Amino acid sequence: MLTGGELAIIALSLKVATVAMVAALPFAFLVAWALARWRFRGRGLLQAVTTLPLVLPPVVTGYALLVWFGANGPLGWLLREMTGLEFAFRWTGAALAAAVMGFPLLVRPIRLSLEAIDPGLEEAAKTLGAGRLRILVTIVLPLAFPGILAGIILGFAKALGEFGATITFVSNIPGQTQTLSLAIYSLLQSPTGDAAALRLIGFSVFLAVGAILASEWVAARLPSVRKARNG
Amino acid sequence: MAELAIDIGVRAGTFTLEAAFEAGHGITAIFGQSGAGKSTLLRSVAGLTRPDRARIEYGGRVVHDTNKGIDVAAHRRKVGYVFQDDRLFPHMTVRRNIAYGAARNAARPGQPHFDQIVAMLGIDTLIERMPETLSGGERKRVAIARALMSNPQILLMDEPLASLDHARRARIMPYLELIRSETRIPILYVSHEIDEIARLADTLVIVSQGRVVASGDATALFARSDLGEHLGQGSASVLLRAIFRHYDEDHDMMELDLEGYTVYLLGPRNREDMPAPGTALRLRVDSSDVALSLVPRSDISVRNQLPMVIEEIIGDGRASVEIRGIVGLQLVKARVTRRTVEDLGLRPGNTVYALIKTLSFERRLVQEHD
Repeated sequence: MLTGGELAIIALSLKVATVAMVAALPFAFLVAWALARWRFRGRGLLQAVTTLPLVLPPVVTGYALLVWFGANGPLGWLLREMTGLEFAFRWTGAALAAAVMGFPLLVRPIRLSLEAIDPGLEEAAKTLGAGRLRILVTIVLPLAFPGILAGIILGFAKALGEFGATITFVSNIPGQTQTLSLAIYSLLQSPTGDAAALRLIGFSVFLAVGAILASEWVAARLPSVRKARNG
Repeated sequence: MAELAIDIGVRAGTFTLEAAFEAGHGITAIFGQSGAGKSTLLRSVAGLTRPDRARIEYGGRVVHDTNKGIDVAAHRRKVGYVFQDDRLFPHMTVRRNIAYGAARNAARPGQPHFDQIVAMLGIDTLIERMPETLSGGERKRVAIARALMSNPQILLMDEPLASLDHARRARIMPYLELIRSETRIPILYVSHEIDEIARLADTLVIVSQGRVVASGDATALFARSDLGEHLGQGSASVLLRAIFRHYDEDHDMMELDLEGYTVYLLGPRNREDMPAPGTALRLRVDSSDVALSLVPRSDISVRNQLPMVIEEIIGDGRASVEIRGIVGLQLVKARVTRRTVEDLGLRPGNTVYALIKTLSFERRLVQEHD
C-alpha cells in the first residue's frame, strides 16, 4: 500500500488542485460571462490571453509566473506587501501555477453553457420582478451548472497533472511544491523508485476514473443537465 | 377612465414606431401584420426595450417619461408578460415557475392566491411536472398563471395563441375571457388574428407600418367602412351586442335581446359556460351569412329576422355589394349580389329584414362582455 510519504504527496496535490480551482472559479466565471455576454473593445485580446496557457509551452508560462509573481516580481512583491501572500518555492505557488494552467479549461465550458442560456429566460425573470442577483442565483447559475461542473473537472484534472509551469515557477521541493506529477518524475529518475512511482501512477488513474464517474453521477441527478442533454 | 396611456417613439435603422393611445381596463388588442411593431410596443411597456421617446402610464403610475427623466427598471414595472414562446424556466417545476413572481409581493395582503389561479387555468394536476413534459397548450396556461401570480398592474400578452393549433386556441380563449372578467387590470393583447380580436377586444388599436392607424372601441372600429384594408377579412364581419334573457332547455337554445328583437343562439357546449340572465354577449356575424327579405317570413327556416333600415349600399362594380343597415342603434352588414339589389329595388332608407341563421353565430364567437 501507499507509504506515509506517498500519502503526503497525494494530500499536497489534492490541496494544491482544490485551492487552485476554488481561487480560479470566480475569475473564470467573470471572464466566461464577459466573453459570452458582452461585446467590448479588447474582447478578442481577453479571449487570446485566456487561451494562452493552453497553447504556450508550460515552461514559458512558468517562467512568466516567475518573472511576475516571484520574490522580486512586481505582482509577487505587491501581494506580499499587501496581504502577506508569498508564492516563491511554496505550495501556494504550485496552486497559482495550477490555477493559471487550468484556467482556459475552466473558462471554456462555462462560457459555452452561458451562451446556451436563452436570454429570453432572463427577460422573463425580470418581468416577474427579479433583480440581477436573483436572476444570477435562480436562473443563470442553475442552468450553467453543467458547464461549471465540466470546467471544474477538467481544471481539477489539469491542476493535478500540471508539471512544466510548476517546476519552472516553484521548483520541485518535497513537502512544499512536489505534487503527484513531480513526485512520479523524481521517483522515475531514481534507480529504486520504480515501485513507488507505480503506486502513485495507479492512484492517479484511480483518481481520474473516480472523478469522471462522480461527475456523471452528479450530472444525471440534475434536471438542468438532463434537459441540456435531451435538448 | 383611461387605465392605460401609452405614447412611444422608437427608431432603429429603417424601423420606426410611433404609437399613442389610451384604453380602459379590459382587453386592448394591438392588431397588425407581423413587423408592424407590435412586439416592440409590448417590450417598451415592460421596459425590455428602451424607446427613444416614451410616456407610459398604467395602474395610476408613470413608469416611463423621457421628458421627466423617469424610467422605472423592468423588474420594478409590475408587468405580467406572457411571451409568445412561453419562456418557462426549464429547470423548475411548474409550481416553482408559477411561484417565481410571487416573491415580490409575498408580504402584501390581497395578493393573488396560488390555488385560485391554478384552478382558474385548470393546471392543478400539472404543478409537479417539469415544463419539458407539457404540451403547447399546457405550457401557455402555465405561462399565463406565472404572469398572473406576480400580481401585475398590467398584463402584456404577445400572440399568446399563435403557437397553438385551432383546437387548443378554442380551449384557451375561455381562460382569457375569465381573466378579463376576474381581474380589473388592463390587458394589452397583441395579435394578427382577426378572429381572436373580434372575440376578445374591448379596445382595438390597429398598427400598420409602425404607426397607429386607428384606435378606439372595438365594436365601433369594426363598424367603420374605411378600415377594410387594415382589418382584412375582419372587415366582412360585424360585432353585435345582445343581452342574454333565457335558456330554452327543451331546444338547447339561448334567447337574446338585440335592440328589442329576439335572437336565438345555440346553447353553450358546457353547461358551466352558461351566462347569467342579463349578461351582455358579443356576437360576430359574417356579412355573407346575412340574407335580406322585404317582408318577415314565417315560412322559412331562419329564426332570426331583424328589421333593418338601409343606410348605404357600397359596391365596386363587381358582382357583390355590401349593404350597411341599422337595427335599432347597431350596424348590420349584408353581402348580396348587385342583381339582388336591382331585383328587390333596394335603396338607402328602405326597411328590410336581415335574416341570420342561428348556426351562423358561431359559438366560439360569443363572448361575455361588460
